[in-house]
Amino acid sequence: MTKTILTVDDSRTMRDMLHLALSEAGFRVVQAVDGLDGLDALDAAQADVIITDINMPRMDGFGFIEGVRANEKHRATPILVLTTESDVAKKQRAREAGATGWIVKPFNPEKLIDAIRRVAA
Amino acid sequence: MDPLAAIKVTFFQECEEQLAELEAGLLAMEGGDHDPEIVNAVFRAVHSIKGGAGAFSLEELVRFSHVFETALDRIRSGAIEADQEAIKLLLRSADVLADHVRAARDGGTVDVGRSQAMAEALAALADGDGAGAAEEEDTGDGFGDFEFQPVAFDMGETVAEPAPSATTFKVRFYPQAALYQKANESGLLLRELTRLGEVSVELDASGLPMLAELNPEDAYLGWTVSVTGEALTETAVREVFEWVDGDCYLDIIKDGADAQPAPGPDVSVDAMGGEVDVLALIRAAQEAEIAPPPAPVLTASVPEPAKQKEQALDAKAQATAREASPQTIRVDLERVDRLIDLVGELVINQAMLAQRVAECGLQRASSVAVGLDDLEHLTREIQDSVMAIRAQPVKSVFQRFPRLVREIAAMTGKEVRLIMDGENTEVDKTVIERLSDPLTHMIRNAIDHGLESPEDRVAAGKPREGVVRLAALHRSGRIVIEISDDGRGINRARVKQIAVDKGLIAPEANLSDEEIDNLIFMAGFSTAATVSDISGRGVGMDVVRRSIQSLGGRINISSRPGQGSTFTLSLPLTLAVLDGMVVTVAGQTLVAPLTAIIESLQPKAADVKSLGPNAHVIAIRDSHVPLIDIGRSLGYRTVTPPPTEGVALLVEGEGGARAALMVDAIQGQRQVVIKSLEANYRPVPGIAAATILGDGRVALILDIDAVMVPKPLSAGVAASTTPSGTDAARPAPTSDLPLAMAG
Amino acid sequence: MTESNLPQAGERMELISFRIGDQEFCVNIMSVREIRGWTPATPLPQSPGFVKGVINLRGAVLPIVDLAARMGLAMTETSERHVIIVTRIGDQQVGLLVDAVCDIITIGSDAVQQTPDVACETVKTFVKGLLALEGRMISLISLEYVLPELRVEATGAELAA
Repeated sequence: MTKTILTVDDSRTMRDMLHLALSEAGFRVVQAVDGLDGLDALDAAQADVIITDINMPRMDGFGFIEGVRANEKHRATPILVLTTESDVAKKQRAREAGATGWIVKPFNPEKLIDAIRRVAA
Repeated sequence: MDPLAAIKVTFFQECEEQLAELEAGLLAMEGGDHDPEIVNAVFRAVHSIKGGAGAFSLEELVRFSHVFETALDRIRSGAIEADQEAIKLLLRSADVLADHVRAARDGGTVDVGRSQAMAEALAALADGDGAGAAEEEDTGDGFGDFEFQPVAFDMGETVAEPAPSATTFKVRFYPQAALYQKANESGLLLRELTRLGEVSVELDASGLPMLAELNPEDAYLGWTVSVTGEALTETAVREVFEWVDGDCYLDIIKDGADAQPAPGPDVSVDAMGGEVDVLALIRAAQEAEIAPPPAPVLTASVPEPAKQKEQALDAKAQATAREASPQTIRVDLERVDRLIDLVGELVINQAMLAQRVAECGLQRASSVAVGLDDLEHLTREIQDSVMAIRAQPVKSVFQRFPRLVREIAAMTGKEVRLIMDGENTEVDKTVIERLSDPLTHMIRNAIDHGLESPEDRVAAGKPREGVVRLAALHRSGRIVIEISDDGRGINRARVKQIAVDKGLIAPEANLSDEEIDNLIFMAGFSTAATVSDISGRGVGMDVVRRSIQSLGGRINISSRPGQGSTFTLSLPLTLAVLDGMVVTVAGQTLVAPLTAIIESLQPKAADVKSLGPNAHVIAIRDSHVPLIDIGRSLGYRTVTPPPTEGVALLVEGEGGARAALMVDAIQGQRQVVIKSLEANYRPVPGIAAATILGDGRVALILDIDAVMVPKPLSAGVAASTTPSGTDAARPAPTSDLPLAMAG
Repeated sequence: MTESNLPQAGERMELISFRIGDQEFCVNIMSVREIRGWTPATPLPQSPGFVKGVINLRGAVLPIVDLAARMGLAMTETSERHVIIVTRIGDQQVGLLVDAVCDIITIGSDAVQQTPDVACETVKTFVKGLLALEGRMISLISLEYVLPELRVEATGAELAA
């Protein structure tokens, strides 16, 4: 069954790149442009995995992750943070918010797929 | 196009948007706006550019944007303050960043010295918080497991890999509840291990309570896994658990090594926290600091999730309070243009159809006629909608001006503040594109010639800083753009003298102030004694006026000596359609823009008066307005028929002046599609553009302001009326077209 | 920029020839977009005598130049029998009013003879060479100067005062 990935990033370039890498790997991709948009899309998207950026307008990655975890249906949806930030404190904050894993940009498409496989059956 | 290449194009488009956001945000900060959201937005803009640049390996750009981003991060976290000095540095850095982006896009180069200097200044700014240490903050609470170490470098370092033969690691893995809460799955982790080599798994279910006490969300199970693989390294094994380190008890022993002591949260130093992409690791290595050995006890620091939630909600509230940005899509411009052309054709066709049906003599109330009416309404609506697609805020043209002003001010040694108003005023895209050059030229002019030096200004009792104001607004169906400065104004004596010297006017000509001001628009006029690099290059205001005119617009100047000048541009809202009144003059069909027509009337003999030898006026209510035979002005006829036999159109021009235009008859009102005369020919005095009527013939659209002038536009020749074989027309006094003829 | 109206050395060139009065002319076929019958043109005010006016060419406004008048010959009395040759000059389209189209000719560069010196300035402006074909003399026309000063939105260089 095709898995769905919800990608949340305010950069169109990044959304396009993710879309390219993920759809080529056979995933169905749903896009959101920031945290609020991501929460809106959450239920409809029925994502198996979520990939999100940290720095976004309106609602950043941390807020988004918390929002996802607060949603009953998505407490067990894996959330991977994809960001250029490698700051220790930010990673910790993401983890505490409920992030499953962390990938640093620029991403290698193969590693990205690996990472997804690591969190989704 | 190769998809990645397409995304690269997208990236550079996005960069332009980010650069615009960046500048806007910095300007707001400079203006005193302390809203943290703005600082965040500024940070994100640079952050975004850096992210994409990294994806495309644009080294220089990544380097510079990284330094920039770091400084901005410091500011947004409050570690350092952004005072006016700092903001000026940031603005200049934004300019350099833009240069880097464009160099990356177009393959050019950046002023290395300037970039370097800016980078150093940024680094100094970032360090200004006195911490002086490396860039990443140290949480200091013992979460060394998140420390970022380049696996590539550590390959040989941490664990000596003796023989590349089959190596076995024994992994003891006891997840805690937190692991599952983050949607990590033990099963998947164990599956990852199977990818590393041969695996044998032992389950330890000793922690399981009685069913009744079982909490489905808690963790009770543990596994001991033996994994054997060729050239297997501890690092590789540990990598599988990189995200769950800290949420589990993890013990990895190489087979043969001493068993570890009792299970305790033993966290290894080289657990990874990041991507294994080597390049990224190398870059990150440059950023990360080596962590001190972690404390053996995991003390969780309270992240105050409640507070975070609050902040998130606050941000959301603020965001909704702010203007919600509308959904947009991007469309290839060619498609829009094609659509607009097609809609134009649709309008013409519909008009032709209506005409043919009318000629057939069908009843007005017949179903066909009614259907046609509906069609006309629909067509009109479609046209309006399509036109609106191309309408864009002038912001896109205006936004390059702050930087331009900064640079010119610097070059001329003047202090200038740019005020922009009405950036959201919408204008057809084709108009916008062609506005850029004339506006640039006028702003350059204003600063270079209009504004005085700071010393002169102070001596004149003005503030040191000169003001240039750029405003856009809608006014009576047109776009009006004003460029004003509070400088020295036009030196009328000098302008007049130069015009005389260049033979543009007679020495004894008696001109009003306004007429003198407008002399600068004449071809061949240039006040610059030396063609300065800034506003010179032999491009004078006449070129500017021509550009504006080719857009169907008009430009005027008004000036007050010692106080400044204002250029006013007036442009049609869209180049494409016009509501017009179709009239007949001397057997020719013309179209007059409806927006200029106040009323039409049948002149009564008693109301028509002579004024001087040649001119006539008509009394309308309590005033007299010039009565103009446009048939004569345009050269269609030499003898004016009695006004009482025709119709007078009372029109109002740009400046508010009024006139009555004599026409033979009114055919009706119609919305017409404007066709350019310049596309295949050139501007014609008195004519704004052309259109194609229902009968398929071309009709000319009047330039009201031009025909309102009571003097004949030319003593010259109209093609149809004079059987002359000459191929020259005497240039009219007000014409600015050099009709140079060959032969 | 106008396409070259003269064949380069060694090249062959295709031309369309047409008649004005009792003279025959030709132009590079690459400049010709289409040929249509005469339709009445809307006159343009303030225009030189050789500009008959403009017509509707499938939604675009096309100026019509009376080539005879342009070259100093008598102005054409238009009728339905006349022909409009739609040409591309630079990035503008211009219609040329002629009496009739004659032929399509293919020539080599060596076929073009120099214009004799008896020609007046007007002729020299337009006529770039002569062809002798089957006893006819055909003047090869260059279209660059048909409409003078086409570009009014000038660059600074053009308008350097």
